[in-house]
Amino acid sequence: MKIAVPIKFVPDLVEELTIDPSGTALDTTWLRLIINELDDHAVEQAILLKERSGGEVTVLSAEADGVDDFLFTAAAKGADRLIKLTGDFSAADNHALGRAFADVIKELQPDLILTGVQAHNDLDGSVGPLLAEYLGLPYVGYVAGIALDGNKVVARKEYAGGLVAEVEVKLPAVLGIQAAEQPPRYVAYSKIRQVMGTAKIEERPVSNLESSGGVVVGRLFQPEVAERATMLEGSPEDVADKLVGLFKELGTL
Amino acid sequence: MSQDIFVVIEHLRGQVADVSYAMLAGARQLSKASGGEVVAVLLGHNAQGLASNLAADRVLYVDHPALAEFTSDAYQIVLAGLIQEHAPRAVLFGHSSIGMDLASSLSARLGIPVVNSCRTFTDDGKFVSQICGGKIMAEGNLPSPALATMIPGGYKAEEGQSAQTPPLTAVSAPALDNLRVAVKQYIEPDTSDVDISKEKMLVSIGRGIQNKDNIELANELADALGCAVSASRPVVDQGWLPTTRLVGKSGKHVKPKIYLALGISGAPEHVEGMGESEVIVAVNTDPNAPIFNIAKYGTTIDMFDLLPVLIEKVKQAK
Repeated sequence: MKIAVPIKFVPDLVEELTIDPSGTALDTTWLRLIINELDDHAVEQAILLKERSGGEVTVLSAEADGVDDFLFTAAAKGADRLIKLTGDFSAADNHALGRAFADVIKELQPDLILTGVQAHNDLDGSVGPLLAEYLGLPYVGYVAGIALDGNKVVARKEYAGGLVAEVEVKLPAVLGIQAAEQPPRYVAYSKIRQVMGTAKIEERPVSNLESSGGVVVGRLFQPEVAERATMLEGSPEDVADKLVGLFKELGTL
Repeated sequence: MSQDIFVVIEHLRGQVADVSYAMLAGARQLSKASGGEVVAVLLGHNAQGLASNLAADRVLYVDHPALAEFTSDAYQIVLAGLIQEHAPRAVLFGHSSIGMDLASSLSARLGIPVVNSCRTFTDDGKFVSQICGGKIMAEGNLPSPALATMIPGGYKAEEGQSAQTPPLTAVSAPALDNLRVAVKQYIEPDTSDVDISKEKMLVSIGRGIQNKDNIELANELADALGCAVSASRPVVDQGWLPTTRLVGKSGKHVKPKIYLALGISGAPEHVEGMGESEVIVAVNTDPNAPIFNIAKYGTTIDMFDLLPVLIEKVKQAK
């Protein structure tokens, strides 16, 4: 079983996001990029499948600050191959990224491709289903749990309200991961350091990157709110008193 | 290209999803800008009854045994054909487990742009999308033609419901052979645990709870208040609470009298499950957290400073 996991780095939402003077993009001066959380789950799910049934896991990413560390971490967890797409990704949207991933993944000929079902900065669609279509493969998203079964997989697809559908998908296929079967594992830095000495990141230059998705942003802004929360001020004691008063008033205490 | 706005109706096990009605309301606004009709697109098997209360000008209905359950494969084939034949101004999908299996794939297949996470449209045909966990809105001209996925919150489901049954045209399905995706079975939600959608008050925890041991604080507060503990996705994904306690898009939808959100940022996926709570009280150290945009009361005091005091005061008040 060969598994490919294309991943994406996204702005860290813990940091304050500011909009650049053009008004159409995030200011990247202080922007910290981190792994899209759901892609991290996709890597974990791939490694779980490898541990269960054997195989080879390849993790792929476009170049960005911090990507090398993430790839080495994936290797320390059990990924076999690391591929970094290089080029100017500054204007690349998900369509362009999906095409670039498709070109490289075609050569790998994987049986299964796992990627996060979405990223918080997706605007022109999501990478998983775009990639699936460029590769001519079936796509099923919102997956939390995968069982291998010969030339097909059974994916647990989540719906609203906690309903789950067991969906049979013929391989090769692309699955959009909502959650791995267990939380992404922790790996000690000493182990990552060790891997850095032996693992190799294969670089693949990509040209023709552009915003091919055709979605043009005219304006970015912070949500305009009709009525923001009334902030309860004071010490923890003051705020606790106000909350107890509120609970009583609304009859929950 | 026509000026009609297509809405792909999402339904599962005989029930139309609320987002479909909200999309019809959004489509109505777009159709005023375009001058076209609102067309509900319903795919299924013996499912025409689901069209009865759709606030659409007309319904295109495709019936086929292979459409009895939702699968991305069969839906994509049928929708690609319909979109190519009718060339609508825009096609709306839910930003959901169904819609997100379709919109991007069809964009790549048909070469039509797709805009994700649209919350509202404007009278002059712009999209307004919510991105970056609810912290940023992106506005732009809706490409023509376009596909779009819609998140809840921008339009009320009631606006997309009608007492009158819209005229329905049955369209024959294309060949649906060699399908690669099939539904084997559904697994019902676990009902052995407390039903958080029936609780009068919820103490709900998010990523800010930091680790499993801290959940005891939330349990203690909930016990003192006589209510249950619920959570956002990261807490459940870590295995700190069972999925029966999950509030949000793929969890429970709750409307308690008080929703006490502890360390929850308020990402759209979470808000989808609790946005209609009567009173939301948010405790979060990040003053820019989107949860404060929907909360009635808030505080940026660290929950670990607040909770021990609050637990004592609630116990005393009883």
